[in-house]
Amino acid sequence: MSTAPVTAVEVGSVVAERDVHLTRDSLVRYAGASGDFNPIHYRDDVAASVGLPGVLAHGMLTMGLAVQPVSEWLGDRGWVVRYGVRFTRPVVVDPEQGATVGVVAKVGTVDEDGRPQRIDLTVTAAGQTVLGKAQVTVAFR
Amino acid sequence: MNPELVGRTFPPAPPYLVGREKVREFSRAVFATNPIHHEPDAARAAGYDDVVAPPTFAVVVQEATLAQLLAEPDAGIDFSRVVHGEQAFTYERPIVAGDELTATLTVTSVKTLGGNAMVTAESAVVDADGEHVVTATSTLVVRGGDA
Repeated sequence: MSTAPVTAVEVGSVVAERDVHLTRDSLVRYAGASGDFNPIHYRDDVAASVGLPGVLAHGMLTMGLAVQPVSEWLGDRGWVVRYGVRFTRPVVVDPEQGATVGVVAKVGTVDEDGRPQRIDLTVTAAGQTVLGKAQVTVAFR
Repeated sequence: MNPELVGRTFPPAPPYLVGREKVREFSRAVFATNPIHHEPDAARAAGYDDVVAPPTFAVVVQEATLAQLLAEPDAGIDFSRVVHGEQAFTYERPIVAGDELTATLTVTSVKTLGGNAMVTAESAVVDADGEHVVTATSTLVVRGGDA
């Protein structure tokens, strides 16, 4: 957890990165926590019946975990005032191998003191981008 | 989809009381490890009244309003064809355990693009004092025909 003062950074520099491994257990846990019990997120037969390549992670799970490296980098120094994404590609979670979601958070814009203002996320799984225009706007306290 | 939905505001959803254990459960589910999401003492040390919800928690509060939209008789939205296209949250302040939140949905846009329909809706969430906390904006894509 960062507690050091936030200092000026360059646009494009990486503030945080992380790989998160998802398993089917992760999807069941998110289903219960969020109340989204759509069976395409835990039943192979239902996923196949609607033409999907497999059971998918909830888009909101991917969105939810992708902002965490930024939240951890911020620590108690600030908070997220805006967060938006486009769901561009699903994350298929194999029953045995799971899936790994990679997150790289880079400075998109800086405020008048040169501190990060908008942080842009690159979120990938199986070598492909899964969230588009994933942008986090932060404020410092 | 019915283009006359644009501008329609639904009745406020029943109030949602944010529980401490729900915040912890949601935080575990989205891999949120900052102690302010789990430990009341850590949250208080950081200046909050109780554990702090992660940024996407508002979707739990928003959900009841999206259910209203999908169930609207004249909306013409086939739930089995709905895909989540975009999502955003704009916060006035973080949500903390103990908040009693009321969400009200307004449809802001309906578009048709290449056989698919897209509806964008904003759910404005206020606390028990009527103060704005967060607005959750969703774009739902309703796939047309055999697309």
